[in-house]
Amino acid sequence: MSDFTHGFWPIYISVLTVVSIVGTWVFLKSQTTRKLAPGEKPELMKHTWDGDLQDLNNPLPRWWLGLFYGTLVFAGVYLVLWPGLGNYPGLLGWTSKGEYEAEVQKAEAKFQPVYASFMQQDIATVAADPDARAIGRNLFLTYCSQCHGSDAAGARGFPNLTDDVWLYGGDPETIKTTLTEGRSGMMPPMGEVLGAEGTKEVAHYVLSLSGRPHDAALAEAGRPKFAEACAACHMPDGTGMQAMGAPNLTDKVWLYGGSEAAIIESIAKGRNGVMPGIDQTLGTTSNKEAKLHLLTAYVYGLSQRQ
Amino acid sequence: MEATTYNYKVVRQFAIMTVVWGIVGMLVGVILATQLIWPDLTFGIEWLSYGRLRPLHTNAVIFAFGGSAMFAVSYYIVQRTCQVRLWGEKLAAFTFWGWTAVIVLAAITLPLGYTSSKEYAELEWPIDLLITVVWVAYALVFFGTIIKRKVKHIYVSNWFFGAYILVIALLHIVNSAELPVTMTKSYSAYAGVQDAMVQWWYGHNAVGFFLTTAFLGMMYYFIPKQAGRPIYSYRLSVVHFWSLNFIYMWAGPHHLQYTALPDWAQSLGMVFSLMLLAPSWGGMMNGIMTLSGAWHKLRTDPILKFLVTALSFYGMSTFEGPMMSIKTVNALSHYTEWTVGHVHSGALGWVAMITIGSMYYLIPRLFGRESMYSTRLIEWHFWLSTIGVVLYIASMWIAGVAQGLMWRASNADGTLTYSFAQVLNTMYPFYGIRLLGGVLFFGGMLMMAWNVWKTVKIGRVVNDAPIPQAVHA
Repeated sequence: MSDFTHGFWPIYISVLTVVSIVGTWVFLKSQTTRKLAPGEKPELMKHTWDGDLQDLNNPLPRWWLGLFYGTLVFAGVYLVLWPGLGNYPGLLGWTSKGEYEAEVQKAEAKFQPVYASFMQQDIATVAADPDARAIGRNLFLTYCSQCHGSDAAGARGFPNLTDDVWLYGGDPETIKTTLTEGRSGMMPPMGEVLGAEGTKEVAHYVLSLSGRPHDAALAEAGRPKFAEACAACHMPDGTGMQAMGAPNLTDKVWLYGGSEAAIIESIAKGRNGVMPGIDQTLGTTSNKEAKLHLLTAYVYGLSQRQ
Repeated sequence: MEATTYNYKVVRQFAIMTVVWGIVGMLVGVILATQLIWPDLTFGIEWLSYGRLRPLHTNAVIFAFGGSAMFAVSYYIVQRTCQVRLWGEKLAAFTFWGWTAVIVLAAITLPLGYTSSKEYAELEWPIDLLITVVWVAYALVFFGTIIKRKVKHIYVSNWFFGAYILVIALLHIVNSAELPVTMTKSYSAYAGVQDAMVQWWYGHNAVGFFLTTAFLGMMYYFIPKQAGRPIYSYRLSVVHFWSLNFIYMWAGPHHLQYTALPDWAQSLGMVFSLMLLAPSWGGMMNGIMTLSGAWHKLRTDPILKFLVTALSFYGMSTFEGPMMSIKTVNALSHYTEWTVGHVHSGALGWVAMITIGSMYYLIPRLFGRESMYSTRLIEWHFWLSTIGVVLYIASMWIAGVAQGLMWRASNADGTLTYSFAQVLNTMYPFYGIRLLGGVLFFGGMLMMAWNVWKTVKIGRVVNDAPIPQAVHA
């Protein structure tokens, strides 16, 4: 596709560029005067400013002129060889897109054999292979560690991948789906529906589900509200639903914190957890499918070693 | 009746504020450098977070410190070299209060998070309008004074000031074209890659015309004055003036190498950046060669040391810049600390040092004295600044090249050798050295403040500097 909206512009650019470079050359030429003879003093200009400011009129230094002409010549040669003058592609036919595609192709060809054997194996087998794990770890550090941490233990809002608790499921296929498509874990804010008091009651009921210290009366008052507002996703017994990514509330794992205040905040304001899919992380890198395969195996392996 | 004295009042106001804003801007810089080592330094207070303070630092050092210095010296020089009092003195007074208002508004709105998100042009549209009004007033005062000059030939500094005033007006108006939505929010008139190109046409020429052309004008007055020697070559000043201004305009695309900007524009940005080397060095040559016959003065005169060292850093960074615009080099250097080092070798080494030297010449004259309160303190300031800049740029060179190489290092299986966190970890010692360099430079500014304070106290306010009646040829 042309970079220009109209045929006039590439001509305009080219003419302006050439005239500028040639014009600079002509200007320099016109300002070049003879070198001073040995012992000859430079002319002192007749003007004086502010009492004592004057200027000599030494000729342009020869090495400086050489440098200037040199860059002009370089510019001319460069613009013949590389794109620059409007639509003219340059003798070398170079484009940044072409350079990128060639590099990716080269990488595909070079690294494909490294990955080929792993692609024949299933995830569990790959996960057990130390060489594959080493590659997977590098991929993980590049693409995943920003959120899940270098040790994959996660952080507030970012799941721990080394335990056996899974929001969406920890089997190889589900992990691959999570990596490929990304996940968007949305819990709607319930603060307005429940009211401040209701929110607190539900929070205490949630605390009671995992046996944390709670106010029994508040929890009891929260039970029917939970059934009404929360059970659709978190299930009536609070064990969650992996199909929706709704966390199990009866275990000891808390994505956004398990204190009363954190739970109240979760209920009142809701939560939005977003994990980007593979197109945003691996992009158009070489051997994308193989990397996805190895990354899946690495993440799968993290929880299997427990 | 025709005025018989120069207007030193507005010069004095801007000169003092140059020192004040220099300290403020550099203090914010020191805080930022510290935050990069200890991210929790400001207790998570959003107004003091890195992202809010960073534009405050750049705006304060470029437009508050550098801008005030330029107002001061251009008003001083244009009067003395034209042998007339300023034209439009009320307008000149307005530029002082107007510019100061812009700076104060910037210091309030940037920490609050109001930003147009354009680098070096972050201020929102009402402030943009105020800048425009102040700048037009500045242009009227400057060119009005030129028009009524008594000296027929226009002094070289004034060519550079004229170019800077005209081009900054052009850059500001084109790049700040935006659609206001509320009092504090606007959208750029351009979209996508066009927006990026306009932004870097502006950004690069802000460096070119604000931080280069303008300060070359400063150099062309204070170096021959302080050295007591005529300028080396009138012809060289003409040639490098026109070629510098003409070629600078083209170089902006080098900020967008290997981006969505079309290849032809990237190439033009690169070749014109290389063509910029000789015109840039023309100014350095002309300044340094002006010292022939006066080199011995460098041993005893710390003001001259500041001015000449500034030129050396100018020469170095204007060599480094074209080199970094070469696509192959840029592929390594871009987005790394090297760029930060490059900017500071220009900003601290060239802009700040030429300004500091000039202020040490100018301030005593505005307060009826031959020299500053303490010359020894200027000597100390000089060494602190020089060591500070060298530590800063050397650490950022090493950090930047290491960063660039680590980012691109890959394993036999095609994966990256280093994660982002590992590269960041490698940066820490260099961040430490950079902080030390910055603290030294900042310490020198505090010495300057003390020295200026004492000079003002023992001096007298000069409002009767006579305009010589004899007119030069």
